[in-house]
Amino acid sequence: MSQEVLDIIVKKITEQKGDEAIEEAKLNFDEPMIILDTKNWDVKTAKLLRDDPALAFDFLSCITGVDYEEHMEVVYNFFSTTKKHSMYVKVKTTREKPSVTSVESLWKSADYMERETYDLFGIDFPGHWNLRRILLQDDWEGHPLRKDYVTDKKALGLD
Amino acid sequence: MELKSLKGFQESEKYDPRVMEDIKRSVLFTKLEQLKAWTRTTSLWPLSFGLACCAIEMMGTGAARYDFDRFGVIFRASPRHSDVMIVAGTVTAKMAPVLRTLYDQMPEPKYVISMGSCATCGGPYKEAYSVVNGVDKIVPVDVYVPGCPPTPPALIDGVELLREKIRREARGEKVGQQ
Repeated sequence: MSQEVLDIIVKKITEQKGDEAIEEAKLNFDEPMIILDTKNWDVKTAKLLRDDPALAFDFLSCITGVDYEEHMEVVYNFFSTTKKHSMYVKVKTTREKPSVTSVESLWKSADYMERETYDLFGIDFPGHWNLRRILLQDDWEGHPLRKDYVTDKKALGLD
Repeated sequence: MELKSLKGFQESEKYDPRVMEDIKRSVLFTKLEQLKAWTRTTSLWPLSFGLACCAIEMMGTGAARYDFDRFGVIFRASPRHSDVMIVAGTVTAKMAPVLRTLYDQMPEPKYVISMGSCATCGGPYKEAYSVVNGVDKIVPVDVYVPGCPPTPPALIDGVELLREKIRREARGEKVGQQ
C-alpha cells in the first residue's frame, strides 16, 4: 500500500516538475519518503500533495529542521485523514543561505512550526506571513540548534 | 522560663498555691518574635506556581495521599496572599523576569524553596542555552530540596526545614549563609 502511494507521488511530481525533480524516493520505515532540493519545492508542488484526490494530504503533522553540517534539511510529515496514509518530504537546502518555501498558506499548522524552525535553525521561509522568533527572546543572537552554535552561558548571564 | 524571674511575679511564692497551679497549667510565656514564628510556621501559604515536571510532584504533595493541608500549607492563587514560593521546575531565561516579578509582589515575610535539581543548579539542563543555572541567581533561596524530581516526602521535609529555620531565626540564631 505504501509503495503504491509512493509511486503515485513520484508520478505526479515528475509530471509537474520533470524527471530530475526528485533526488530520491524510497520507503522509510514503511512510509513513502521523497527528498527534494529547495528549488523544486514550492507552493505549487505542496498544493498538488494537498489537493490531488489520490493523495489528499490534508494534515501537516510535523516540521523538523536538521543540520547535517554540509547542508540543511527541513522534514515535512504529512498525513491524509481521508485516505489514512502518510508521507515525508525532505527538502534540502544550503547551509550558507538556508531557504525553503513556506507552506503556511496551505496548512495553517505550518505557521508556528516554521517559526520554530526559523528560531532554532535560522532557516528562512519565504512566503510566511509572520516569520519572527517564537521561543527565544526577540533580541537573541544566533540560532542555538545549529551545529556551530557555541553556548556561552556566562556571556548570556545564565551561569 | 522561671516564673520568679519575670516582672510582676517576684513574690509568686506568697500566692495561693492553687492559683499558682492554675497559672502554670494555663499560661504560656514566650517572646513576641517566637509567637509570630509559631503562627508563621503553622500557616505557610505557598504560591500556586509550577514551571515543569516538579510541579506535578508538588501537586501530588498537595493532593489527598500526602495532604499538604494538614501542615497548614495551602496553595494560594495570588502572590499577595502567599508567603512562600516553591520554585518547582526549570527556570528559563525567558521566565526569570516573570519569576522575579512574582517574588516582588509577595508581602514580607517571604521565603523561597528551590525544588529539584533544575531550580537548584540547572540540573540536566546545565549546558543548555536557555536555562538559568539555579534560581538563586534571581531570588534568595531559603531551602534547597534535591531530587529529579523530589518525592512528596522530600518536599514535606523541605517545608519542615523551612519551619525549623523560621523558629531558629526567631530565637535569634544565625541560620544559613547570609
